[in-house]
Formats: sequence, structure tokens, C-alpha cells
Amino acid sequence: MMNCEQATQLLSVGMERKLKLKEQAELKMHLLICSGCRQFGQHVQQLRTIIRATKDSSDEPEEKK
Amino acid sequence: MTGDFLQVSEREVVELRQQMLAFTRLQLANDFAAEDIVQEALAGALKNAASFTRQANLKTWVFAILKHKITDHLRRQYREPQQDSLDECKNCGHSDDQIFNNELFDDRGHWHADAKPQRWGDADRMVHDEQFWRVFDTCLAGLPPEQGRVFMMREFIELDSDEICAALQLSTSNLHVLLYRARLRLRECLEDSWVKAGEKRS
Repeated sequence: MMNCEQATQLLSVGMERKLKLKEQAELKMHLLICSGCRQFGQHVQQLRTIIRATKDSSDEPEEKK
Repeated sequence: MTGDFLQVSEREVVELRQQMLAFTRLQLANDFAAEDIVQEALAGALKNAASFTRQANLKTWVFAILKHKITDHLRRQYREPQQDSLDECKNCGHSDDQIFNNELFDDRGHWHADAKPQRWGDADRMVHDEQFWRVFDTCLAGLPPEQGRVFMMREFIELDSDEICAALQLSTSNLHVLLYRARLRLRECLEDSWVKAGEKRS
């Protein structure tokens, strides 16, 4: 059974390459029972989203309100 | 010339320049090139900045210009790789990293109760929260330099893995380790310094 350290590694690696089917399946199993790792996955995605969002808004002369 | 037309004071430009320089140095590990790039970006931005009236805007806009210049520089470097390699990954197996991991995970690799990630607010609110970005800057600066560097190359400059590996002569698996460690530390730092601190404030 995968632990949280391995799950968070896969969540990060999954942002860099497509996970293998076996990795995907094991990760999914772990996330079903682990809210901490589910949060971790959301947070690292959220960081990517908001860092990119700052740049998108900066390409426009007027900031949307 | 530093732009009273911008309603930005000399002091603010100096501050902005410092932030740009810190950011660029993190990406390049070459102080001379960093100075040049920041100078170019800042000059270009101020020259065309008449339409920018708000300081918050100015900062994000200047950083967008800076980002393009850094990307250009890194792509050139990518074509002629240089000697500043991060590989053999001297820093991948940091004992600090092991200690940090032990703070997060128990010996079975599960979260310690007090390190378990909490719920965060919604992303929209974070993007526009100046305080969040101040905390973010501090947390980023607190990362081991090689981790901060690859994280920003990946997430801010949006180079892909191959480009980063070529520019830094780094193997893909070592890059993935560095990115993982950066995310682990950054997330933890943001949660402690922003999310939990915010709960105490309110």
C-alpha cells in the first residue's frame, strides 16, 4: 500500500509527465482514503494556476476588476 | 527619469529593481547577465509605461517583460549549454531535505498530524491578495536555491522539463526530485505563514 510520501511524489511527478497506469491506480486508491494527500494535490495545482494567472493578467494593460 | 509620469517614486523603482534582480539571479546563477537583463526589462517597461497608473499593475507587467527576457536568455543558453550544471545532483540528497521530510512524515511515510495539509481558500482570492504574494516571495526565497530556481523555471517561466534539463544539464529524474522538494517546502511554508496565520488573524 502506498504511503503519503510516495503519493505526494507521484502527485508532483504527475505534473511533469503522464503517470503509468499502475502508478495512477495506486495513487487513486491512496487518495480515496487520505484527505491530506488530496489537499496536497489540490494545493500544488492551485499554485501552478495562480502563478500563471498573475502572468495572464499582466499581459493586458487594464486589470479586470 | 524614473518616471514621475508613473506616479511611482524613485524609492519604489529601486525596490522593484531589487525584487527583479533577486528573481533573475535565482533563475540564472550569473550575476552579470542578471544585471543586464533586469536593466533592459526595467528600461523597456518604464519607457512604455504611460498607460500604467497603478503600481500593482506596474509590478506584474514589469515581471512579465522580465520573464520574456529571462526565457530568451535561457533558450539561447539551451542551444549552447554552459558549465553551470546542477547534475550529479550534488544537492538532491541534501541531509536538510531528509530532516525536513522527517518533520512532515512519520517513519511509515504518513503525514504527522500537525503537518497534514489543511483546506485552503479559493484560488481567485489568493491571486489578488497582496499579502499572499509577500508571503509567497518570502517562502520562495527560503527554499534551497537550486529548488527555487527549477521551480520558477518550471512554473513561472513555463519551460518544459526537457528545456530545464538541457539548460542546467540535469537528468529528468533529478529535476523531478528537485521540483517535488520545492513543492513540498513551498506548500508547507505557505500553509504555515499564510493559511494558519490568517486563521489566527480572523
